Amino acid sequence: MAFGDFVVMRDLNFTVRRGDVFVIMGGSGCGKSTLLNHMIGLLEPATGEILYGDFNFTKAPPEQRERMLRRIGVLYQGGALWSSMTLAENVGLPLEEFTDLSPREIRAIASIKLALVGLRGFEDYYPSQISGGMQKRAGLARAMALDPEVLFFDEPSAGLDPISSRLLDDLILELRDGLGATVVVVSHELPSIFAIANNSVFLDAETRTMIASGDPKELLAHPPDPKVHRFLTRGADERHPG
Amino acid sequence: MQAEAVTTTLTGLDFERGPDASLVIRLSGSWRMHHGLPSVGKVVHEIDKAPAVRRVTFDTSDLGEWDSGLLTFVARTTDLARARKVPIDFSGLPDGLVRLIELAEAVPEKKDARVKLQSRPLVDRVGEATIDYAQGTEAFLTFLGGIAIAFGRMFNGRARYRRIDMLVEIQECGANAFGIVTLISFLVGTILAFMGAVQLQQFGAQIYVADLVAIGMVREMGAMMTAIIMAGRTGAAYAAQLGTMKVTQEIDALTTMGISPIEFLVLPRVVALVLMMPLLCVYSDVLGVMGGAFVGVAMLKLAPTTFFREAWNATTLTNLFGGMFKATVYGVIIAISGCLRGFQCGRSSSSVGDAATRAVVTGIVWGVVACGIMAFLFNLLGI
Repeated sequence: MAFGDFVVMRDLNFTVRRGDVFVIMGGSGCGKSTLLNHMIGLLEPATGEILYGDFNFTKAPPEQRERMLRRIGVLYQGGALWSSMTLAENVGLPLEEFTDLSPREIRAIASIKLALVGLRGFEDYYPSQISGGMQKRAGLARAMALDPEVLFFDEPSAGLDPISSRLLDDLILELRDGLGATVVVVSHELPSIFAIANNSVFLDAETRTMIASGDPKELLAHPPDPKVHRFLTRGADERHPG
Repeated sequence: MQAEAVTTTLTGLDFERGPDASLVIRLSGSWRMHHGLPSVGKVVHEIDKAPAVRRVTFDTSDLGEWDSGLLTFVARTTDLARARKVPIDFSGLPDGLVRLIELAEAVPEKKDARVKLQSRPLVDRVGEATIDYAQGTEAFLTFLGGIAIAFGRMFNGRARYRRIDMLVEIQECGANAFGIVTLISFLVGTILAFMGAVQLQQFGAQIYVADLVAIGMVREMGAMMTAIIMAGRTGAAYAAQLGTMKVTQEIDALTTMGISPIEFLVLPRVVALVLMMPLLCVYSDVLGVMGGAFVGVAMLKLAPTTFFREAWNATTLTNLFGGMFKATVYGVIIAISGCLRGFQCGRSSSSVGDAATRAVVTGIVWGVVACGIMAFLFNLLGI
């Protein structure tokens, strides 16, 4: 991954298994969101490939990439809801664009998606009329609109209070189990990471590469690198009294 | 979503009466939403049909692939059954689907959340519009007062703003606007000359095209065309910049830091545009006369020196300064409209677009109103 001549990360090689809750973790500014943006096609890798099963996402022609993108859903950090549309319209837009459903059917599906994230009855609200946490949940409903096989979350807990953050974690797990989707999360919130993830990759800003991968609980028990241990224990060993 | 079994059969929906007066809804085939959703009307018909249904159950033994289409159908069926006080049994549904239904029902509908789409009486709407208008006027006057105070503080040397911001704005609305002002003013000059040439040529008075273009540009058109260009270019940019800052809470950050956003953001923009408008107006005048000269030389076969001498003789300092004064007034109007609309912007990205549009419309409308008032006053004063 690079911006011009500046290499953000190199030698990234990891696999996300179907049904995983996979966390991309690492310190601030290490390139977690950049990696996510590469995985969802917003950025192109300088070298290398991103594969979805046997499908080569990096090398695929644009129309095939577009078809693949319909099989993924993304929840952006701030929700990224379209402010000129109601919540039902936000969730319904992908259905409108990519299915032949009637407006009534789209409305019904949008309502059930909003109900899944606890927003039953808020169909006709505009994003500016609801709280940040609700916007995030509405963003999740939109990400799920087309029943994606892979759901990407960019810092889902950012800006949420601990209880809302916990509820969102539970929701992610419920949706993973209910929809049978694979979940990829960018996060540095340790409680969330340990609560939901069963697989992960750890990015290091200093060496500009991944220095660990696997179940975060395993990485905590047997850290392959002191930096991973420091991160997963919040630098507990380095605290000085007083 | 979960594939229970691979099948190519499309959505199948059948009904059967069970022994205990239950209605068994048999779901078979592929229930993917791109096949369309079956109407729940059939379910209503079956539930309402005699003999009375005591319970609704599902049979999914022949169910193939499913996704949100099935979830939506089951949710609507559940609502219908509950509305008729008929218990519903989910035990025949796939586990994943049951989990999703439980999740959808985990948070009950907030009773007062649903938006009521009902028309309000005319009196209500007129009253509301009047209150909005009054509040808008109050906000405008408050904003004008804020700018007046900011100017007072600037002359006292107490205003907080960055000199570099003002210089950047001067460059942005001055030098960077040269291209578009050049093009439009030159073309307006040619249009004026064309209009005059067709008529004056009939009387052999084509030399007066130079007078027409010179007086027209210097007295009115130079200032007016510059104003229209700057309203569309700079006024909209001011509204969009400040509107975006409002959305991203940058203006809030200034306020909570104890820095007046009017001093910090509005003052440099108003000063920059007020300084640059008269200069752009003079530049526009010159370009307009050159456009006229182009037509005069190419079409009317006038010598360039003859044209420019005639134009020079027709131009008075009164006309020149009158045009520059008008341009200054337009500058004040455009800058204040742009900044005001930016400050009035809502918190969403679409409101930034609205703010930019309203800035241009306000700038042009009030500019034309000011033009009319000034024309009347100039006439009254014999200028």
